[in-house]
Amino acid sequence: MINVLAAAEWGGEFEGVLDPINALFDFPDLIPLELFGLDLGINRTILIAWLMTALAATLFAVGLRAPQVVPGKLQAFLEMIVDFIRTIALEIIGPKGTRFVPLLTTFFVGIFVLNVAKITPFLMLPPTSRIAWPAFLALISWIVFIGVGIKEQGFGAYFGGILFPPGVPKALYIILTPIELLSNLVLRPFTLAIRLFANMVAGHILVVITLVSIHVFLPSLPVGWLVGTFALVAAPVVFGFELFIIGLQAYIFTMLTAVYISSSMEAHH
Amino acid sequence: MEGTLNVIGYGLATLGPGIGLGLLIAKAIESMARQPEAAGMVRTTMFIGVAVVEALALLAFVLAFAL
Repeated sequence: MINVLAAAEWGGEFEGVLDPINALFDFPDLIPLELFGLDLGINRTILIAWLMTALAATLFAVGLRAPQVVPGKLQAFLEMIVDFIRTIALEIIGPKGTRFVPLLTTFFVGIFVLNVAKITPFLMLPPTSRIAWPAFLALISWIVFIGVGIKEQGFGAYFGGILFPPGVPKALYIILTPIELLSNLVLRPFTLAIRLFANMVAGHILVVITLVSIHVFLPSLPVGWLVGTFALVAAPVVFGFELFIIGLQAYIFTMLTAVYISSSMEAHH
Repeated sequence: MEGTLNVIGYGLATLGPGIGLGLLIAKAIESMARQPEAAGMVRTTMFIGVAVVEALALLAFVLAFAL
């Protein structure tokens, strides 16, 4: 099954598809480029990422370049997004949260448009399903929440608060400190990246299975067309479900970043 | 039959978070139904809890490919 999917994605070529899962995500370089041992080749993922980012940037630049007191349709829509993020920031971080609205809005809109490439016709590949994107976004979030902690509480107080939470018997620190270290500084950015990555990979495979099932099974006569018809009926449902997942993941990434920032702003009690 | 045991391992690893998410979201819905005015706060806290519970399944997802 997986081999059929991979082959269909590659234009029906069974030859040379060695690793079927990777074949769904890894596309050959259009312009091979290598600088200082880094692979900077331009492939389909990068092109899609550029396109979607440019789209979002243009939308915001056009909509909010000359804001009116009575907003037009586009400006009202963009203000709705920003206001939504602002509500999250104020609710979770508190009054100081307004400082982080630009960062959180960038996260939300950026992740949303990159994810939405998954169900955009002719693109059909989310750049966030390559680990580099979510990992880099999580790295930014990690640097920000540690930076905020050091800035708000001071280096010693912040790391002291994380590693040696007060109000605990001294002997327990032997167990507690490694767990706190792992969960605060390693698992937080790690799960942030993996959550987005895993959802996009799973979603892309689901979309590919549905669409390729239509493509492969619908014309096959004795019984195959039943499967094809089922997939055809299921396709809109799958797309709707994926749209829900796309929005949810963008929201969760933004919200968790806000939660982590808020937790490093106030000292542990 | 071919394949790897990793897939079975991933399947097993989803059981715990699956039960956990069920309990967590059921309780969240319950409290939202009891106190609709606290729905916003409950929802936020629920997503934070979901994120923590999900971590185990996410680790399994990575390890299923990595090991």
